[in-house]
Amino acid sequence: MEALTWTGSAAFLNPILMVTVGLLAITVAAWVVTSLFTAGARPVTGADGTITLAGNPTAMVGMGVRLSFLATAAVLLAYILLGLAMGTNAGIIGGMTQQFTPVWIALVAMFALSIVFKRKLGLYGKLFDSPIGMIGFGIVMFWVFTAIFAAMDMIATHDALSQVSGMKNKVPGTPLRSAEDGDYHWYLLGGDNLARDVFSRMVKGSTEVLKYAPLATLFAFMVGITLGLPAGYYGGRLDTFLSFLANLILAFPVILLFYLLVTPEIVDTGLPQYMAVVLFSFPLIFCAVLLHSRFKTQPSKNMTYLAIVLVPLFLLYMSLINSADSKIDFWPLDFFDIPGGVLVVFVSVVFVNSPTVFRIVRGLALDIKTRDYVAAAQTRGESTWYIMLWEILPNVRGPLIVDFCLRIGYTIILLGTLGFFGLGLPPESPDWGSTINDGRKLLSIYLHPALPPAFALMSLVLGLNLLADGLREESLKD
Amino acid sequence: MGLFILRRSAVMLLTALCLTFIVFVLTNLYPNLEKLAKTQGNFRMSDEAVASWLAGNGYAQPTPVKYGQWLGVLPGWTLETEEGIKGRCITGFATAEQAAEAPQFCGILQGDWGYSTRFKKDVGSIIETRLGNTGFLMMWVLILMVPSALIIGILAGMREGSVLDRSLSTVSIATTATPEYVSGVIFIAIFTSSTVGLKWFKGTATSAMENPTFENFFLPVLTIALYGMGYIARMTRASMTEVMTAQYIRTARLKGVSFPNIVIKHALRNALIAPFTVILLQIPWLLNGVVIVESLFNYKGFGWALVEAAGNNDIELLLAISVVSVVVVLLTQLISDIGYVFLNPRIRIS
Repeated sequence: MEALTWTGSAAFLNPILMVTVGLLAITVAAWVVTSLFTAGARPVTGADGTITLAGNPTAMVGMGVRLSFLATAAVLLAYILLGLAMGTNAGIIGGMTQQFTPVWIALVAMFALSIVFKRKLGLYGKLFDSPIGMIGFGIVMFWVFTAIFAAMDMIATHDALSQVSGMKNKVPGTPLRSAEDGDYHWYLLGGDNLARDVFSRMVKGSTEVLKYAPLATLFAFMVGITLGLPAGYYGGRLDTFLSFLANLILAFPVILLFYLLVTPEIVDTGLPQYMAVVLFSFPLIFCAVLLHSRFKTQPSKNMTYLAIVLVPLFLLYMSLINSADSKIDFWPLDFFDIPGGVLVVFVSVVFVNSPTVFRIVRGLALDIKTRDYVAAAQTRGESTWYIMLWEILPNVRGPLIVDFCLRIGYTIILLGTLGFFGLGLPPESPDWGSTINDGRKLLSIYLHPALPPAFALMSLVLGLNLLADGLREESLKD
Repeated sequence: MGLFILRRSAVMLLTALCLTFIVFVLTNLYPNLEKLAKTQGNFRMSDEAVASWLAGNGYAQPTPVKYGQWLGVLPGWTLETEEGIKGRCITGFATAEQAAEAPQFCGILQGDWGYSTRFKKDVGSIIETRLGNTGFLMMWVLILMVPSALIIGILAGMREGSVLDRSLSTVSIATTATPEYVSGVIFIAIFTSSTVGLKWFKGTATSAMENPTFENFFLPVLTIALYGMGYIARMTRASMTEVMTAQYIRTARLKGVSFPNIVIKHALRNALIAPFTVILLQIPWLLNGVVIVESLFNYKGFGWALVEAAGNNDIELLLAISVVSVVVVLLTQLISDIGYVFLNPRIRIS
């Protein structure tokens, strides 16, 4: 087996890509400069009474930007198509593209369906009107699908933990020394300092990251909403007390808090479990109050809905907080155990995130509670929790959804920080923060182990930020 | 105004007390003390040996008492042993007369920050040197970050929706999406490694502690500044776009004032009120970045001391660090509140 080059037989595309990227850079620079010195396009009434926009340098350069952007996109698409067709014959890029085949199929199917039905899909459909939002959504979904398919073992070329002799710190595209049939013959992005495959670790890392970050953010939102709504709605002492608590947590330097919470000694004391008992009870409380405040006038319906929702949640909650051979171990129906390290990471991330959510929800509730429809509900004699959860909450969903996207990104950064300091998650875990930390020690000699997870993390967070921006833009248009 | 500052200071004091107490409790949990005893004594200590070591060094007292002693409101512990009297306020062993002369209270209120078990030095002197290093780093970060963030924000916000706005907003989104450990790693890879071969900068900032030069100091500064910059720029942009739609700006335009004059004389002063608070509140946030960047570039400052202290359960150093960082957080909050009132004439006059 020969070592792979980056582009293999698709190398004829490289000069074309260089030209188009160069053109794109030049036109963008010219676009910015001309826009500074010329006015925007102005409408001109023609002799026949029609109105046209008069062309000016900015518009012309704008056209150039669009064309060169399309050209670059076309070349990139060509790389992907060639890669899909030729696999490793098109070099490392081709090999990776082929590995990602299920992701490409899922992405294309999803975008096609969404664009066809976009008028029927509410805010989600409107996202496809904003190019920024669409790009962001594309990046995010790329990683989501990668995480899903990697969990089903469809993308990674090798096992994320197994070491192959002779592959230590090998550069991208190195063939395996003694590959058997059925093995993938190359380390596409090289080997790390323990001779593991960097590409597979990056792909598996996406599963790790996307398993924890959205869930932790969701929990933080439950805590923030359940506490923030009453704080903003009632005000007074409750608000003062809760705001003080939130400020207390926010005044803590995050890393110090992590170091204090995420050490094996603290895990031994059971403190993270006690925190989990408190923090994880909020989704239960939230769902119970949400349903009860709506259906309490129809007792039979109320009971059924509560039972349907609460019984599974309660079992889940008990299994979550109970863990064999730890401080909390009294529940016989313990379906699964969460490793101590993972639980403590999860708890501390929720703990750090919830005060910010609390502050946002509180501010929104303060604003909305003066509206007429809230006064109307008060006059109707609705209960306060009904007003909070069914009148105020649905009306603040726009900013909350936007913040949810941003906060997932922030949670991913936090998880990466934990991994970077080697806290909590098991040391061989392929999550991106830990891999960056592993790779940085030899960074001045070997670049390839640290850069793929770094770019992966950056692109995912960037995608989430762009998605949030697109959502904000579209939700403001209503 | 006086009452406002007084009330804020009281809340601040309460917060600082609560936070240090939490840190105190967490660091003084039994498993942590056991680890401390084993690192200070030897690793094969039996449980009894650990217990007697803890009792002999004042760790076996109830936590509130220990907290009071650390704070300096309760008299420090003393213990009579065969070799003499030892105690919190006594270094080594002392005779009865020496012990009687030694101060009764020695906590942070008396200016005694304690002794670092990791560095075998006075915590006060460690904090002083490390904070000096970090202060220097932060100064350059602010010098680089604030002006560039404001310029980006103002340029983007003065014509909302323009080409310049869209490109600069994309840049600021990109920087907020790149945490320090990602940008730092990428910078080191591109600018310092032998593989790429640029070698414009140095990959470590260890030598920058004595002799900071552009070559060894720019990358850490850039790494921290970049992550904070995007956020401040976006806030400035938001505030600028809001100001640019105000009635008085339209009046100025209709009067025929030139666009640069409108931006500089009419809009800028009003647009900078909100970013002022954002910048101040960003300072504690930078602390996070400092910890990451200092361990990435091996610059021995405050953040590096935090990592070392936390890794070795150095209780008194950890407490001192949390006191300092909490004070920084709360002071910046106080200054931003007061500054906001001073800057905003609508609040100041009413």
